[in-house]
Order: sequence, then structure tokens, then C-alpha cells
Amino acid sequence: MAKMSPKARRGLGILAVGAVLAVAVGLTLSALEDTVVYFYDPSTLADKPLDDRLIRVGGLVVEGSVSTQTTPIQFSLSDGAAEVKVVYSGILPDLFREGQGIIAEGRFDGQVFTAETVLAKHDETYMPKEIADSLKDKGLWKDQPQSDNAY
Amino acid sequence: MFDYLANPARFQRIANVIRPLAWLIFIITLLPGLYYAFFNSPADYQQGETVRIMYIHVPSAWMALMGYVLMALMALFYLVWKHPLADIAARSMALPGAAFAFITLVTGSLWGAPMWGTWWVWDARLTSMLILLFLYIGYMVLVDSFDREDRGSKAGAVLLLVGVINIPIIKFSVDWWNTLHQGASVIRVGGPLIDASMLIPLLLMAAAAKWWFIAITLIRMRTLMGERRLQSRLASRREGGAHD
Repeated sequence: MAKMSPKARRGLGILAVGAVLAVAVGLTLSALEDTVVYFYDPSTLADKPLDDRLIRVGGLVVEGSVSTQTTPIQFSLSDGAAEVKVVYSGILPDLFREGQGIIAEGRFDGQVFTAETVLAKHDETYMPKEIADSLKDKGLWKDQPQSDNAY
Repeated sequence: MFDYLANPARFQRIANVIRPLAWLIFIITLLPGLYYAFFNSPADYQQGETVRIMYIHVPSAWMALMGYVLMALMALFYLVWKHPLADIAARSMALPGAAFAFITLVTGSLWGAPMWGTWWVWDARLTSMLILLFLYIGYMVLVDSFDREDRGSKAGAVLLLVGVINIPIIKFSVDWWNTLHQGASVIRVGGPLIDASMLIPLLLMAAAAKWWFIAITLIRMRTLMGERRLQSRLASRREGGAHD
């Protein structure tokens, strides 16, 4: 160690500090996991304690569950494993449709999620309309999610 | 190679060749890029014409991340090898990098308003990108807030190296946590999920952003080197005058 050049010593020092810092940040972030997530999945929602705080739930709008004629509007969100019923009396975003990823912000009473805000989540697929239509015609259309985070 | 380039005169000679080339490549990627992005690419099946914001947003975001990584690399060279040129390079990249981070946030917000239904949310991707802008601004303020320039450079280099931890967090935030922001479309396992008719203008715009960044950085480096030479000459003249 004593024979190390100043250059190597500085480099090694920076490397060591960097490694410690990276581990520290990694541990912090994984400990904060629950607060860093922007929304819960319907299946994790059940485990959350019921209180009056605003929470967010995200999932795909279940086909056939939407009734926009009623007031408030009702629909269900699903993550494939669980479903949650949402009631909402505001304006729906343009991208809202069956099968689309949606994030609802509001309160959960254990049965029904009363949303105050509804946001549309866009997925990572970009394609022209003609191609989307022809994929659908050929029956090659894969419904979301293309990845875990598609909603 | 870094020792070779660290000679300012030699660096300047090479930079003088690269600079006009960078401008040329910038122009020949930007013009078709803009044409395809705004006039000759299809509307998206879900987003419609709003998809065109992506051709500004995504290249800016890539450049903001890449600019920061380059600065952190320069900080490492400065701290370990003490090359003054590495310090000058990091200082020169800060403002253009910050500009790209700012453009990313603004265009993302403009896209989010019609698509998500909100201008801003505090999800992991948006928040970490805002932190990147603050790191850029913080660096620029920090390096100029010391009486002795080299102290500012050192403090700034440390900040850059500490802040580099934010880069993987930005990139992988959409995979690690539930975010409102969508996942990666281009740089992802399993190939791009973006149609070729949209990928081509995107890559052209990305190339234009990179070459603009190179050209601007080289200009700013030349200015900063000239400034330092001038200051040291003035300082030696003052000292010389004291002897008279």
C-alpha cells in the first residue's frame, strides 16, 4: 500500500467512496420501495391499512366493466390477479377505454375505490394507426400488457 | 490517449478540425430529422399527432443523461489525473446539458397534459429527472462560488461523481417501481417497441442533438481556455508591475 502512486491512491479512494455510496443509496431506495411506487396494484391494495389517506391504484380497465351512463361512472381495474371496483364522478382522460392502463387517485373503503382523479397511463408501444388496424385484422394483436409495467 | 489529448495546444488543433465537422453533421441530421418528425411520419394509433413531441423529448432526455455521464467521467479524470482540460470540459458541458434536461421536463409536461391528464406527478421517473436538472444547476453554481477557481473545480467534480448515482435510477425507475411514466420503448431487452417509420426520425433527431452538443461544448471549451490564459497573463503582469 505504501508504494502506491498518488494517482492510484486517489483513484482507489474515489472507487471505494463510490461503492459505499452506491450501496447506501441502493439500500435506502429498496427500504423506501413502498413510498417510491407511484401507485399500488389491485392485489396489493387489499394489504394496505384502511385509513383516510389519498392513495393511488393502477391497473387495466376490465372489459365490459365500464358504465359511463351512471353517475358516478363505474369501472373495474385489474392487474391480472385481483380486481378493484372504482367509482368516479369527474372527466375521464382521452385515452380511457377498456383494456387501457389507468391510475385512479382516491380513497379505498375495503370494497369500493372512490376516485378523485383518474390518469391514463400510456404504454411503450408506438405505431401508426394503419399498422395497429392491420394487426387487429390479422388477429396478431396482442392485448396489453407487453411488459409488467404496461399499465 | 488522455495524456495525449491533455496537451491544450494539441487538443485545440484537433478540436479545430472536429468543430466544423460537428456543425455539418448536425445540419445534415437535423433537417431530415425535423422534416420526418413533423411532416413525414405517421400519427400514433393512440396518441394521434401528439406523438411528435416525442421526437424532441426523447433525444433531449438521452442527451441530458449522456451529458451528465460525460461530465462525471471528466470529474474522475480531473480528480485522479488532475488534468485541467478535464475540468474545462466538464464546465463547458454543464449549460448545454442543463438545457437538454430542462427541454425534457417541459416537453414531457406538454405531452402529459393531454395524454395522462396531468402536467406533473411526483413519480420516480419525473422526480429523478428533476433532480438531474438540479444537479446540473447546482454544479454550475458550485464551481463559480469559490475565490480560488481550483477549489470550485474540485468541489464540482465531487458533486458530479456523487450525483452519477442518479443516472441508473432515472433509466431504470420505470422498471423498478410503478410509475405513471411508460417504460423504455427503444433501449430495452427484446428490441424496440416503436415502429420503424417513427424510429427513423427519432434516431435522426437524437444524432442531431449529439452533434450539436459536441459543437457547442468545443466552442465553450475554447472560450474558457482563452479566458484562463487571459487571466493568468493579467495576473503575471500585475506581479511584474509590483516589482517595478
